[in-house]
Amino acid sequence: MKRLALAFVFLAFAGAAFFWVLTSPNSVPTERMAAISAHAPDVTNGENVFWLAGCASCHSVQGSSGDARLELVGGYQLKSDFGTFVAPNISMHPEDGIGAWSIEDFAGSIIAGVSPEGRHYYPAYPYGSFARMTDGDVADLWAFWQTLPAVATPTDQPETELGFPFNIRRGVGLWKLAFFNDKPFVDPATLPNDPVVARGQYLTEGMGHCGECHTSRNLAGAIRADVWLAGAPNPSGQGRIPNITPHADGIESWTEDDIAFSLESGFTPSFDSFGGTMASVAKNYANVSAQDREAIAAYLKIVTPIEDQR
Amino acid sequence: MPILSKSAKILIAAAVALSAGSAVVVAQDAIAERKAAMKSVGGAMRTLVGFARGQADYDAAAALAAFTTMNEVSQRYGGLFPEGSETGGDTKAAPAIWSDRAGFDAEVAKFQTNTAAAIAAAPADVDAFRAVFGPIGASCGSCHEKYQLSN
Repeated sequence: MKRLALAFVFLAFAGAAFFWVLTSPNSVPTERMAAISAHAPDVTNGENVFWLAGCASCHSVQGSSGDARLELVGGYQLKSDFGTFVAPNISMHPEDGIGAWSIEDFAGSIIAGVSPEGRHYYPAYPYGSFARMTDGDVADLWAFWQTLPAVATPTDQPETELGFPFNIRRGVGLWKLAFFNDKPFVDPATLPNDPVVARGQYLTEGMGHCGECHTSRNLAGAIRADVWLAGAPNPSGQGRIPNITPHADGIESWTEDDIAFSLESGFTPSFDSFGGTMASVAKNYANVSAQDREAIAAYLKIVTPIEDQR
Repeated sequence: MPILSKSAKILIAAAVALSAGSAVVVAQDAIAERKAAMKSVGGAMRTLVGFARGQADYDAAAALAAFTTMNEVSQRYGGLFPEGSETGGDTKAAPAIWSDRAGFDAEVAKFQTNTAAAIAAAPADVDAFRAVFGPIGASCGSCHEKYQLSN
């Protein structure tokens, strides 16, 4: 009987140790980190990346416009089935924000989802998409970040509140094991060999992180590649996220120019103005280069048409 | 002797049922009416965007007519969201319209002010037009960001 108890204790410890090893946060591999640090930064490209990645939509004050979108104080509440995530302060403030970070800290955060202290971030922060970014784009973004203001966090800013077991941050390691990679969502071999489409794929699937909202997720909260961009319920529970594949349920009737113009202006081809978070996305994309808006449009016209999933 | 006769009770019940029914009808009318109103704004927008993008030659009279359509809608728009019209008819109105009425009214007021300013300016050429058109487009987005659902 005593032996059985000992065996049980041993198994429990072994299980815990296995979980611990399995879920340990890994930052960017050393070689890649060296390449990112060595990149000669291009601040202008960094600004383009900033708007493509849409950082301001969650990290600046909701409904803000103009220069206020560069004040990354956080506070946006993303409600989900797992609980409410509150976007943190990622301004250049040395204590409240990320002003004291190194480029290695930044790269580890944005493409590996690991904090400078070596903890997992929750994938509400779309590093699952950002992982596809090139070394140069990561480094340029950090260079642009240095130009942004430091903002103190208001004392009444709420904090992330998650239910059990999602409040165990270490568990994100399991999620990463199952779903986190930097592979393309659409097999490039199925796409025409066109540099504009390739650029559009890179932007849409990576820093643009369009699939994070526009694609349905499985029960574990991972993006379903089989219904890529075919719409989804709105995680906040209000309304739905539209299908943006070239299907009759989606944006089949939109021309490439319609898509590019809608990203720039926020107006659909029927001259409705985007609602909700997409209105905020359009405010970002008004600052993106015209070629990149056109590249995204070219890619969206070429993905597999899929009926509505929302 | 009951205070109300049976037939009076039936009459009252019928009246209550009717007014409840008519409240639903009013709500559905409001949803249909505000959709039609926004559609006419969209039509005006189509004309103006054509000028802004240089897809059509600037026509001062057509621009003024479009501004006037928008301003006319902006005057009555705030009244098209009565209590009870929060849902139904595939409305894209966000619950925030009713939970933050003052904020919504302020956005509608911005739309009124910007369109009135455009009418007053009566832009004669496309450069003058762009100056008054920019704020109008921005006010569409800032209202829809908070008060229209993303679908």
